[in-house]
Amino acid sequence: MRRAVTLFSTLVLATTLLSAPGAFAPAQAQNPQQQDGLNPMGTKPTADSVNEEFLFKQADKITGRVSIPDRKSANLIQPQGREYRAFRESWLPWIGAIGILGMIAALAGFFFWRGRILTDDTQESGKKILRFNAFERFAHWMTATCFIILSLSGLNYIFGKRLLMPVIGPEAFGTLAQWAKYSHVYLAWPFMLGVVIMVAVWVKDNIPNRIDWAWIKAGGGFIGKGHPHAERFNAGQKGVFWMVAGFGAAMSVTGLIMLFPFTVLDINGMQVMQVIHSLIGVAFIVGILAHIYIGTLGMKGAYDAMGSGEVDLAWARAHHDLWVEKQQAKTASGPQLTGRHPAPAE
Amino acid sequence: MARMKFLCDADRCIECNACVTACKNEHEVPWGINRRRVVTLNDGKPGERSVSMACMHCTDAPCAAVCPVNCFYTTADAVVLHSKDICIGCGYCFYACPFGAPQYPRVGNFGSRGKMDKCTYCSGGPEADFSVAEYEKYGSNRLAEGKLPLCAEMCSTKALLAGDGEMIAEIYKQRVVKRGYGSGAWGWKTAYRETVAI
Repeated sequence: MRRAVTLFSTLVLATTLLSAPGAFAPAQAQNPQQQDGLNPMGTKPTADSVNEEFLFKQADKITGRVSIPDRKSANLIQPQGREYRAFRESWLPWIGAIGILGMIAALAGFFFWRGRILTDDTQESGKKILRFNAFERFAHWMTATCFIILSLSGLNYIFGKRLLMPVIGPEAFGTLAQWAKYSHVYLAWPFMLGVVIMVAVWVKDNIPNRIDWAWIKAGGGFIGKGHPHAERFNAGQKGVFWMVAGFGAAMSVTGLIMLFPFTVLDINGMQVMQVIHSLIGVAFIVGILAHIYIGTLGMKGAYDAMGSGEVDLAWARAHHDLWVEKQQAKTASGPQLTGRHPAPAE
Repeated sequence: MARMKFLCDADRCIECNACVTACKNEHEVPWGINRRRVVTLNDGKPGERSVSMACMHCTDAPCAAVCPVNCFYTTADAVVLHSKDICIGCGYCFYACPFGAPQYPRVGNFGSRGKMDKCTYCSGGPEADFSVAEYEKYGSNRLAEGKLPLCAEMCSTKALLAGDGEMIAEIYKQRVVKRGYGSGAWGWKTAYRETVAI
């Protein structure tokens, strides 16, 4: 009896299943989309799904989960790359060109108007006084040489493909750019060291004070004929010092972050670092062009300070009178006067 | 001429990573470099979608624009390629790329990076087609044989489509109509400045 019941119920079940509508029909008919967007499971695939527009409303870039260790790859789309491209290709070349060519033009204009600044002859002409010792000069020239190569290799990133590549061709330019990159990355370290040394050695002589304000008001003597008072460094030089300290720090920090990419910042942070590094780099070059001008062509007698370390006493008296007084007050004969006077006996 | 594009149908992608494996194997991509990757959005939550992403071969490619040595070029099929001989490994292309396609083989050494590597749409590089040099630097050149990229060919669900832009857009549109939903052509607006109207 039981076996018969089992057999009968199995038959009933089988018949029901076989005759169930759409049991073996193609899959399409089993999952029709209804008008309210629901499918027979009650889910709404379109409404539930994320899409680009929705995700961009929540964050500025689309990030997900990846199974590989490279964290950067979790960013699916970062539209900030667009702004980065616009900055690098539209703004930066113009800013760089206008800044640098503008400064060169301004310096040329100043030179043709004012000429080379000379010092009147006095009784003290021909005598020497020590201005910068060997260590200071070493630090300055190490930093300066690095700066020249850093700025040229840096400018190559902006202008190289525009100005140099059409001249020497892509293969040669590629090789040159490769070496420019290496020199930029490796000379950055002695540059940073030199800046730190110079700041440490000269910071106490570069604190602004009232004398600097008077110097500025008198136009530094550039305009007109006067020689306003100045200590070891005048207001213009103090400006250069703080520019080097400030820009040097900014370039160092941004540069170091770029030397170790993605260790502390994500993609957007790295883009910002590059923007800052390039803009301040251009400003730095503009400022140093003026510094180079006045220290070489712009003023006779200025180069000796960093060249040999000894400057003409008349020149020093005219341009850094308070410093000369202070130096000479140290000993009666002035310890820095070289060659003429024997060293005081110990 | 065909304008080659990729389209990843996120509603079909099952995150199997066959595309990733196919690409790595075909081109013998070194360890650590991922020309193609699968990103899963909203993981574990309703509406989770996975997208397979490599180079989209953009119109007006931003990588090409920012390169300081202009090592990129676009082929007649609109595939964006570059020359590893001229590349200096500066990393700018990665910053500009909206999709993170450029990859670099070296970590450390003061951000030296080495020569940039990326998806080539399986069409090699500037070296001669099918040469040993081309294979060593860029991987195999399927396009020159008349084949499509291997990632799309290997896709287990045909989520990743590769081919002429209009054709794959059409395929995707038909799918969306038939099944009734679609999360859109991921990345198309950014890469090609047009999107597939669903």
